[in-house]
Amino acid sequence: MTRFRVSAVVALLVGFLLAYFVWSTEANPLSSYRFKLGLDLAGGTELVYKADMSQTATSERSDALGALQGVIERRVNMFGVAEPLVQTEEVSALSGTTEDRLIVDLPGVTDIKAAVTALGATPTLDFRIATTAATGTSTEATFIPTGLTGRYLASASLQFGSGATAGLAAPQVLLNFNSEGAKLFEKITSENIGQVLAIFLDGQPISTPVIQEAIPGGQATISGKFTAPEARDLVRNLNFGALPVPIELESSSAVGPTLGAAAINAGVVAGIIGFAIIALFMIAWYRLPGVVATIALAEYLAFMLAIIKVIPVTLTASGIAGLIISVGMAVDANVLIFERTKEELRGGKSPREAVHIGFSRAWPAIRDGHLTMIISGVILFWLGTSIVQGFALVFVLGVLASFVSAVSLSRVYLLAIVPEEGEGAWKFLLSSGFRKH
Amino acid sequence: MFIINHRGFFFWLTGLILAGVIGAIVVWGLPLGIDFTGGSLMQVSYENGRPALTDIEKQITPVGLGTISVRASGDRAVAIRTRSQTPGEHEAILGALSANASTTEVAYTSVGPALGSQFTHKAVWAILAVVLVIMLYIAFAFRRVSGPVPGWGYGFTVVAMLAIDIIVPTGFYAAYAHFTGAEVDSLFIVALLSLLGYCVNDVIVIFDRVREHLAKNERENNKEPFEETIGKSISETMTRSINTALTVVLALIALIYFGAETTRNFALVMLVGIVAGTFSSIARSAPLLIPIAKWFKK
Repeated sequence: MTRFRVSAVVALLVGFLLAYFVWSTEANPLSSYRFKLGLDLAGGTELVYKADMSQTATSERSDALGALQGVIERRVNMFGVAEPLVQTEEVSALSGTTEDRLIVDLPGVTDIKAAVTALGATPTLDFRIATTAATGTSTEATFIPTGLTGRYLASASLQFGSGATAGLAAPQVLLNFNSEGAKLFEKITSENIGQVLAIFLDGQPISTPVIQEAIPGGQATISGKFTAPEARDLVRNLNFGALPVPIELESSSAVGPTLGAAAINAGVVAGIIGFAIIALFMIAWYRLPGVVATIALAEYLAFMLAIIKVIPVTLTASGIAGLIISVGMAVDANVLIFERTKEELRGGKSPREAVHIGFSRAWPAIRDGHLTMIISGVILFWLGTSIVQGFALVFVLGVLASFVSAVSLSRVYLLAIVPEEGEGAWKFLLSSGFRKH
Repeated sequence: MFIINHRGFFFWLTGLILAGVIGAIVVWGLPLGIDFTGGSLMQVSYENGRPALTDIEKQITPVGLGTISVRASGDRAVAIRTRSQTPGEHEAILGALSANASTTEVAYTSVGPALGSQFTHKAVWAILAVVLVIMLYIAFAFRRVSGPVPGWGYGFTVVAMLAIDIIVPTGFYAAYAHFTGAEVDSLFIVALLSLLGYCVNDVIVIFDRVREHLAKNERENNKEPFEETIGKSISETMTRSINTALTVVLALIALIYFGAETTRNFALVMLVGIVAGTFSSIARSAPLLIPIAKWFKK
């Protein structure tokens, strides 16, 4: 008994600390433990791009995707958004083809067009060798990608060289490759002396110089027919990062801040009212165990919210749905135990013994129910799309927490209160129903 | 014992309900949202009252997006669904709408067709995989069960139950969507998945009681007819089944009345599913073991 009382006091203290943590970190706008809200709740724009890997060797795909992510991140940061998120995703379709995606989350941004323009303005740069093939009477130039792309670019700068028009300096763009790119550039130029090395920008040839000799040192000059402002823009865009592979906007969504805020308010109000109704029902029907269950549930919720803050889990509408269902599971575990306890009381057991047996009898059902749910949650997380994953993650965490709280918290509290030999009053308190029996 | 004695009636009732919901799905169909088909959905709110829907449609038609659908959403907003829009087309529509009214775009989603079909595949596979694993786990958890039905018989029964538990709210939604213009979105899939979790737990509680009685009868060498064991298990767990369902239903009603617009349809599907699922667990899951037991005796 003393053991259970000590544990109960400790458990209560931990519960208060958790609740205080949840409350204080939310009250402090600077805390790093505030809830992370998904775009559907906080408002913002999500853009999903498909990376076109058709020109990229299979072995280099993940490298190229990583490079793409880096470039887009730099771009997004230039856009000036608080806490942007750029993720890549490799999706295997059932047909065996893989698709590489880039997901850009821009909290607080609702102007999709501006966002798309800012991200999409980045040029794709690559170098191709021209080969002329005689087809019939006309000769047609075909361009073969060399594998040298904007990925290998370290920096670009503007310079003025001697132009075709005498006396006027023509703007040129000087490209500096990184060490890997320099090697590649040297190899390509040494192998293709006398050929045309075309420089493609966004799929269009902008400059088609003939290779005179092998070029070591990793520098190349684009002397297209630029005006000075054009050349300056190109340099700026190249420095922001040339895209290693072309991307295509596949899906986009924007949620205005009012809708998100309304969803949160409504969710909180519904949550509080829902919890209050459940608590009233539990206390009215299950009496003393109902009170205990309400305290255990409140502690369970504080625990869940604290976990969501600490991990942190990004809360979305589907995640909140997962939370509500897992609260239902936690209630159910308590109901199972109390019904069992009541049966044992009817069978003539003493109150304390009834509580003990009630818990052990309810255990197999709680175990099997919770385990099947955890397994299904894990599968959903593994198979699902992001909205299903948002649900699955919170659901699995919630079921795990319910597993612990129902079996340990309610049990410790009840055993700390219920005496060894109970009189009529104890039997009344542990029974259930709206009548006096 | 009431349910066991009248199990024929409950099986027929189930058949009728199933016929009704399958009929609803076949006749009205499930209007798939853009999450599945690809396309764009924009929600636009009118500050000073909403004009007639046909007028809004006429305003957008010049942008040239083919078939468009304009629905009322809430008191002052409309939901406009089109094929997948480019950012430029999106801008053009917003321009057309705000030409003679003060509008704000509340939300906008655009899903490419490839992404849509992938979501459908994933959703179907996720549900099938979950059902399969549940069956295997239950067969495993009940592998040492005594009595006429082997463990995998329980697993099979649970899966049959889950199929019904999924079909009933789906049929309800088909009817609901037919009359309100709602669409099947990804939250609908989340609702079905939640229902799977809830209903399997519900059935397990009853089966666990059956398992316990069977073990006790074997220990005490008590020759009790299988029907009686099942009837006893159902009536002993009925208070728990109803009370748990009641608490979840109360939470869902709070979500429907006070919750966000976006989760309203979700909560409604859950509500129907849980009421149907609880009825299903009590009136069908364990009684279904009786014909299965007879089949195994042959």
